[in-house]
Amino acid sequence: MPQLLLELFSEEIPARMQGNAARDLERMARDGLGKAGLISEGLKAFAGPRRLTLVVEGLPIAQPDVHDELKGPKVGAPDQAMDGFLRKTGLTREQLVERDGVYFAVIQKTGRPTSEIIAELVEQIVRSFPWPKSMTWGHGKLRWVRPLKRILCVFNREIVPLNIDGIVAGDLSEGHRFMAEKRVFRARDFTEYEDALMGHFVVLDVEERKARILEGARTLCFARGLELVEDEGLLEEVAGLAEWPTPILGDMAPAFLDLPPEVIRTSMRTHQKYFAVRRPGEAGLAPHFLVVANIQAADGGKEIALGNAKVLSSRLSDARFFWSEDVKDGFEPWLEKLNGVTFHAKLGTMAERVERIVALAREIAPLVGADPDKAAEAARLAKADLASQMVGEFPELQGIMGGYYAREFGLDAEIADAIRDHYRPQGPGDAVPTAPLSVAVALADKLDTLVGFFAIDEKPTGSKDPYALRRAALGVIRTVLENKARVPMTGVLADSLFGLVYNRGRIFSVSWQFEDTGIATTGIGSSADLMSSQAKGLFRESDGFESAAPSAIVGDLLNFFADRLKVALKDQGKRGDLVDAVFAPIDGKADDDLVRIVSRVEALTTFLATEDGTNLLQGYKRAANILKAEEKKGPLPTGEPSRVAAPAEEGALFDALAALGPKLDAALAAEDFTGAMTALAALRAPVDAFFVGVLVNSDVAAERDNRLRLLQQVQAAMGRVADFSLVTG
Amino acid sequence: MRLNQYWGDRGCLILQPHDEQVGAGTLHPATVLRALGPKPWNAAYVQPSRRPGDGRYGENPNRLQHYYQYQVILKPNPADMQDLYLGSLEAIGLDLRLHDIRFVEDDWENPTVGAWGLGWEVWCDGMEVSQYTYFQQVGGLDVFPVAGELTYGLERLAMYVFGVDNVYDLPYNDPDSPLGALTYGDVFLDNERQHSEANFHGYDVAVLKGQFEDMERQVPLMLDRSYQGDHLVLPAYDMVLKASHLFNLMNARGAIAVAERASYIGRIRDLCKLCAQAWVDQQGRNAA
Repeated sequence: MPQLLLELFSEEIPARMQGNAARDLERMARDGLGKAGLISEGLKAFAGPRRLTLVVEGLPIAQPDVHDELKGPKVGAPDQAMDGFLRKTGLTREQLVERDGVYFAVIQKTGRPTSEIIAELVEQIVRSFPWPKSMTWGHGKLRWVRPLKRILCVFNREIVPLNIDGIVAGDLSEGHRFMAEKRVFRARDFTEYEDALMGHFVVLDVEERKARILEGARTLCFARGLELVEDEGLLEEVAGLAEWPTPILGDMAPAFLDLPPEVIRTSMRTHQKYFAVRRPGEAGLAPHFLVVANIQAADGGKEIALGNAKVLSSRLSDARFFWSEDVKDGFEPWLEKLNGVTFHAKLGTMAERVERIVALAREIAPLVGADPDKAAEAARLAKADLASQMVGEFPELQGIMGGYYAREFGLDAEIADAIRDHYRPQGPGDAVPTAPLSVAVALADKLDTLVGFFAIDEKPTGSKDPYALRRAALGVIRTVLENKARVPMTGVLADSLFGLVYNRGRIFSVSWQFEDTGIATTGIGSSADLMSSQAKGLFRESDGFESAAPSAIVGDLLNFFADRLKVALKDQGKRGDLVDAVFAPIDGKADDDLVRIVSRVEALTTFLATEDGTNLLQGYKRAANILKAEEKKGPLPTGEPSRVAAPAEEGALFDALAALGPKLDAALAAEDFTGAMTALAALRAPVDAFFVGVLVNSDVAAERDNRLRLLQQVQAAMGRVADFSLVTG
Repeated sequence: MRLNQYWGDRGCLILQPHDEQVGAGTLHPATVLRALGPKPWNAAYVQPSRRPGDGRYGENPNRLQHYYQYQVILKPNPADMQDLYLGSLEAIGLDLRLHDIRFVEDDWENPTVGAWGLGWEVWCDGMEVSQYTYFQQVGGLDVFPVAGELTYGLERLAMYVFGVDNVYDLPYNDPDSPLGALTYGDVFLDNERQHSEANFHGYDVAVLKGQFEDMERQVPLMLDRSYQGDHLVLPAYDMVLKASHLFNLMNARGAIAVAERASYIGRIRDLCKLCAQAWVDQQGRNAA
């Protein structure tokens, strides 16, 4: 079956755009061919530094013919109807076919040649390709990511006639800029094309380029007793920068090893796109680097290695310059500078944000076993390195540099660690901080971000989360759970919000104003109390600020945390409905202790996996159904049930409930959720027996009411552990 | 000199540096203004460039606060501009089969003159030796036809050609000269040391600020004035360049808070836009 080969050859395409470009090309081609009724046997796109390539296998030579019959008016229908039908079909009366007294229009459409469709499709793809950034060049109006030089387009070994703004499609392409003997080659199908590329020093497939780089790099390292510090993102990037990737190992002046390894690695990576290397089993780096060149040089890459080594020296000299200037400055002048750094127009400067984090870290510290004064000091210094020259140059070293500088200035090691680790976890793969001081500052940092953006109504929507609030919330959740930190979320969120209002209100009195100045005293307990007692109207919104009541903001945040926790638990394989059942408010109050919520979900999961659990759940549902049905007839009876001797099952259930009460009290007070479930399990037999031996809907009103009261008690007792009505199955 | 020969042979006017302190060769009116309007234009020139914040007191082998850029502007950009560029590297003695030449994405942008384009940094063995840009906008106006711009760091290229690791070791003259063999350091090291200190600690911020505001006032006045029907765009543009340099000095002194930065840049850009628009209007009138 015929094959289509398309290559769009341009000047160098940015590495970061190549992956998406291949996917877009594949998608646009598949959609376009599909729309034209052309089904292929296989379709694949490739992207490299100078070309996008598409190969489509097994296309038909033409579109299928279309045979269609359209039913028209009856014979003898008024002229008006007849004329309308002829206009619609574009036929004459003589061309219509008459069958059973009805006219039919037979439409016979011969399928167009595939190459015509391809020509149109390629033009459409080129003109509407979704490059993130595109340009014009010369006198032209055509847009492409960089000047488009050639189009190779062959179908079934024939050139597809195509001319896009003067670029005429052909069967020619170009190989490597410097290595190929002859620049231009001809190809009429994919095999010829791939072979010719290889012969002209171009590896087409990015996966193969990556494999060659890794293999070559590992071999070079191994020969010198070294190990590559692998870096998937960097590999992807360098594979997009070379058509003939050639790893070369270069030497770095060992004197630079006194710089922090993170600095060396970041400098190598961001400025030079080098891989770092180390000795196997050693923590620090080795004084070498691995560069991926785009040429196999005549001298084996000696000049290239030397040249790159010089550049690296100069880069690292720069880094050393930043280091030495930074240690002259110290934290205090940096903190001063944070007054001039805007965090967000509505949320004030970085210095104000630091004030809030300090206050919050001090509140959180006792909850996680940290010293409040130390936590406040670590928080005060945590953002200082943002004003250092090194972090100015390498923003990704924020925190890390602060940690190094704190040690350099002789600060407490715990404080240095807290500064270093307070941004963690930076993603799902990153470890959470564990030292109590680090936990306190990390939580305060993230909570301030979350509360701030929620307060100004910048919540994430759909796929948009410009301030990475979901990541921050998940960071809080993981930090709390993995450290088993008992943090009442409502309290800390309220505290954080009060801190924000206080801090912003004091400095920009036009934004928020206190109606009651006595409220500035926070403290977790008092904030939480204030939330419930006088939440609404506590603050008067005065100048374009978000006017939601604090309780609404905290409520939104709690829901947001609940959603993130649900996602996290579901990722661990927990059932969504069980998570919902635990999250549901009990006595109007939702649990806000993440550690407790998770242990409840775990206990519930285990319980429902037992036979007692499943049966009790059935009993619960039956009780709920009966109560719901009865409720429709009239209000349910209130009050306590009484103990009756007969039927025996009714008395037994009463006894079981009476015995359960204190057990549940004790287990719940001790947060022993497995114990609470075990206590509930004792209900299973009496509940089962009750439904077998007792008819709830008795003709005697008093009997019926007593039984309904019992069922309500079953529901209430179980509801103390979780909302079983939300459990499915 | 070899670059002049090379680009001169390829139809470029060989110009001299502009006598204002500028941050880059691009800012020469032969690039910023000539890139605008419909007329073809090919030119090449050397431009001393000042980057006050890059001063390193002569201690970094590669970074200078005053250095030389070689600038080529080709409008419209020829279709084989990449080949022409590579030819120029060969012309100055670079063996393209021995070195690793790479075009690495770098979308050039100069917000102070409202200009941007797409292109690359050109790397030679990991060292950025040139900036290669297809101008898309200058002074906030579309560039059509598109102009291609090449900027070479002359010191870096010279280091390659002479195989020298430290810019200050570059030979500056014929070793047999009656002056004796002099290096780049003999000529420029004092300049780097003194200017670094001045840039980081010396300049009086209040004076710089006052001068900046003076320039800002004068640009529109200059554009209002005309001679034989032409507004005084070229002198006005010189004042924009002065303002831009003053801003760089204030920035190096650490006198501009992050929040103020954007507003300063915006002020310079507005001045530049006035000049660009006046230039384009003038070109249109003269062509008509």
